[in-house]
Amino acid sequence: MLARVRGHIWGVTHALVVENLVKRYAPGRPPAVDGLSFTLTAGTTLGLLGGNGAGKTTTIAMLLGLLLPTSGRVVALGHDMATDRFAALARMNFSSPYISLPHKLSVRENLKVYGHLYDVRGLDARIARLAEELQLTDFIDRPAGDLSAGQKTRVALAKALINTPALLLLDEPTASLDPDTGDWVRTRLERYRDETGCAILLASHNMAEVERLCGHVLMLKQGRVVDQGSPNDLIARYGRDDLEQVFLDIARGTRAEALA
Amino acid sequence: MNAASLRRVWGLVYRHLALFRRSPPRIIELMYWPALQMVVWGFVTAYLAGLQNDVTTIAAGVLIGGVLLWEAALRSQMGFSISFLEEIWSRNLGHIFVSPIRPAEMVAALMTMSLLRAMVGVIPAMGLAFLLYAFNIFAMGPVLVAFFAALILMGWAVALGVTSLILRYGAGAEALAWSVLFGITPFACVFYPVAVLPVWLQPVALILPAAHVFEGMRAALTQGVIAWDHLAAAYALNLIWLAGMAALFMGQLRGARVRGALLNIGE
Repeated sequence: MLARVRGHIWGVTHALVVENLVKRYAPGRPPAVDGLSFTLTAGTTLGLLGGNGAGKTTTIAMLLGLLLPTSGRVVALGHDMATDRFAALARMNFSSPYISLPHKLSVRENLKVYGHLYDVRGLDARIARLAEELQLTDFIDRPAGDLSAGQKTRVALAKALINTPALLLLDEPTASLDPDTGDWVRTRLERYRDETGCAILLASHNMAEVERLCGHVLMLKQGRVVDQGSPNDLIARYGRDDLEQVFLDIARGTRAEALA
Repeated sequence: MNAASLRRVWGLVYRHLALFRRSPPRIIELMYWPALQMVVWGFVTAYLAGLQNDVTTIAAGVLIGGVLLWEAALRSQMGFSISFLEEIWSRNLGHIFVSPIRPAEMVAALMTMSLLRAMVGVIPAMGLAFLLYAFNIFAMGPVLVAFFAALILMGWAVALGVTSLILRYGAGAEALAWSVLFGITPFACVFYPVAVLPVWLQPVALILPAAHVFEGMRAALTQGVIAWDHLAAAYALNLIWLAGMAALFMGQLRGARVRGALLNIGE
């Protein structure tokens, strides 16, 4: 299925089309997101970077339909989120360390719940496969609340992959993980994206992670895109050694000096 | 509702059943209050019957019947509201709302849980009424099912209202899940006829489906007749209340999506 949305072809190529997205929580207050536009192509990872309050969480919430935009449009997997969000949500998924899975339920029970909610066929086999791939087997029948931070992250990832999503939104997927576990998660994400052609939107404060995973990065400040490009392109343009220095230039407003 | 829809409803029901399986005290808590109410009101009935030297008071069982039926409404309302609150307490609501489950399916799942919780609470209390006081509520006949169903529907209507307030005011409104129906009890005329209320208060009672159910229950227990007019009024009022509260729920859900309340409703 192909269709045109203001010159963008979506359906196959563009997993996500965002047009002039604005969110103002109250009249008179500055917008949390101000005129955000971008596209996300299937099989690629887009990074959303910005300091606290830059509008990353608000943006992700609007992309998921959890928050209604003041204006603008989101088309996810060919479905307008304002009118047809459930069709898109069935093929999307999401992971955030700030939203828990029920602690009393075992890992298997949690995955079954979400498998049913996403109407996954052959659910037992899917859970067994995820358990093997993400190394959950040893604790799959333990309550989710009894797990270590690393184990919980793997379970959250399994939940996010339960419906084999074509569009994955990740909010700090490796927060509070040790470097080894963080690397392990990033490797799984890369593998999943490359094997399935899934599009990934990644909000993270881990610049090394963004450099490794993302082909394109949006730098947000006060709800606006203040710069964008590939990590290498940004690093080169700012004359810095890594993305963290670019991030600091933008966050501290030293961008002009750096570019000069 | 298609097969995919039913599977999503089952997913949410399964989540709550799994919770009960892992927390046996929750099941005991479901049975505890209805059983306690049954025992207390049963002894009150026995005492009053002794004072009046009138054993038919026990046979009529108006008080015991009232307790059992009212517990159905209470458990139905609490079962719905508390199941919703469980998602807030476990900080899981965000995951639920970004899954493809529709609001109507979520409500259907909460109603299913409410029905199961009401049955687990009320059926043991019915057994106690029979064992301790020889009160067989099934002696009312098939109309009993209609009474129970009407009260459960009313419980759902109130629960939709409570859930709407939780969506509007956050977890700070959670105390309503336990208290709101107790506040309605005096006007529901559980233990006395509507005519006992002051004339100016009677219209308040008569817009509640429960008042009609209990008028009907007393007619069935004391006169052995089915008060069709009260039964019809109870169902008509339930339709109006359910439609109104469903509209309120959908409005508050949309309002929560505008305000961003679904992101931090547990706080």
